[in-house]
Amino acid sequence: MDPMNYIVLAAIVFTIGAVGVLVRRNAIIVFMCVELMLNACNLAFVSFARMHGNIEGQVIAFFVMVVAAAEVVVGLAIIMQVFRTRRSASVDDANLLRH
Amino acid sequence: MTAAAAQATALAAPVSGAESAAFWIIGTIVVLAAMGVVCSRKPVYSALMMAVVMIGLAAFYGINQAPFLMVVQIVVYTGAVLMLFLFVLMLVGVSSADSLVETIRGQRVLTAVIAVCFLGALGLGLTRIAVAEPAGLAAGTAAAGGNVPWIAGEIIYRYVIAFEATGALLVTAVLGGLVLAHSERLKRRRTQKDLSQERVRGDHVAPLPAPGTYARHNAIDMPALLPDGSVAELSLNPVLTARDPRYQSRVPDDVRLGAAPEPGGASDSATSKEGHALREGPNGDGDSGAAVADGTDGDGGGTAGGQGAGRSWTR
Repeated sequence: MDPMNYIVLAAIVFTIGAVGVLVRRNAIIVFMCVELMLNACNLAFVSFARMHGNIEGQVIAFFVMVVAAAEVVVGLAIIMQVFRTRRSASVDDANLLRH
Repeated sequence: MTAAAAQATALAAPVSGAESAAFWIIGTIVVLAAMGVVCSRKPVYSALMMAVVMIGLAAFYGINQAPFLMVVQIVVYTGAVLMLFLFVLMLVGVSSADSLVETIRGQRVLTAVIAVCFLGALGLGLTRIAVAEPAGLAAGTAAAGGNVPWIAGEIIYRYVIAFEATGALLVTAVLGGLVLAHSERLKRRRTQKDLSQERVRGDHVAPLPAPGTYARHNAIDMPALLPDGSVAELSLNPVLTARDPRYQSRVPDDVRLGAAPEPGGASDSATSKEGHALREGPNGDGDSGAAVADGTDGDGGGTAGGQGAGRSWTR
């Protein structure tokens, strides 16, 4: 098996995540799809690290995980706040800046 | 999708038979679960599918000689981040309705086109890369004395600035989470005296009918029955009402016999909204604000109070 398979799998998962971000309108599901894309990138980093015999890919993947954790905290707090004021978690309902 | 992967397989020699088998099995599961995240109608199912994806990726990290990241993936992602997602799902509630109706015309078609183009470009680019047998991390791991010491050495010595910046980022995220989750009390706290006075002035001096009163069940999702056998609207939990347009899915037919008003009917939305406002009353903070918010999104969103009759909601 070619190690590039992992990269192709990462591309597929990334695309699925991107489709989810474009299609779904529940903010929490959109957020989960963003996490999906981040995870796909991590898989690519880890398999690149193995391909090149260099640990840096794993180090970058570790940093991505830390940043993703921080992002989840702030993003979910924002979703909570929007839900509290607008009683809806749909990304279509938060359109005040549009008008 | 898999054609590109199969082509990639044909290009190079196998790494090992067992790894190949594991890749195809776990890879299939991961891709299916990722599609489940996108396609499932309920956010909770999406979160569970997400857990499957993350555990599958953790297995891939293990296969790819990254034991530390495998543990971090399971502990931090599947353990902490996903539980945070589930917490917020429970807080936001099942009434966080997600309409599956397209609001932008042609959005799905365009999304499909973009996805196919993106995947095609990526697949075309990736499969053109001819890679030799992977170098592997075994030599470096042995030299550094293990996977974790190697990563630690890189982080502490080489990427120390990025590491420090990550610390600053985490502190900022904690503060941001605290600030965003905190809500000021806008009005005076209502005492028991205020609540009782309000209740005497209001429509219902007695408590609202409890769920399941005069019914065969006393579960929270069973409506109370009036003496004539009809469903008492005031006993319906607004969250459950929002979840199921037929009020409660498991209400037995003989309980339903009392002909509850059709969901979305004019009288129904009025009564349920009233019930909702009353129910919100004793909760304490910001009840009038909540009632106003309910009134405004009754036509647009229809989350807690009235149901949008003509639209299909997911949970």
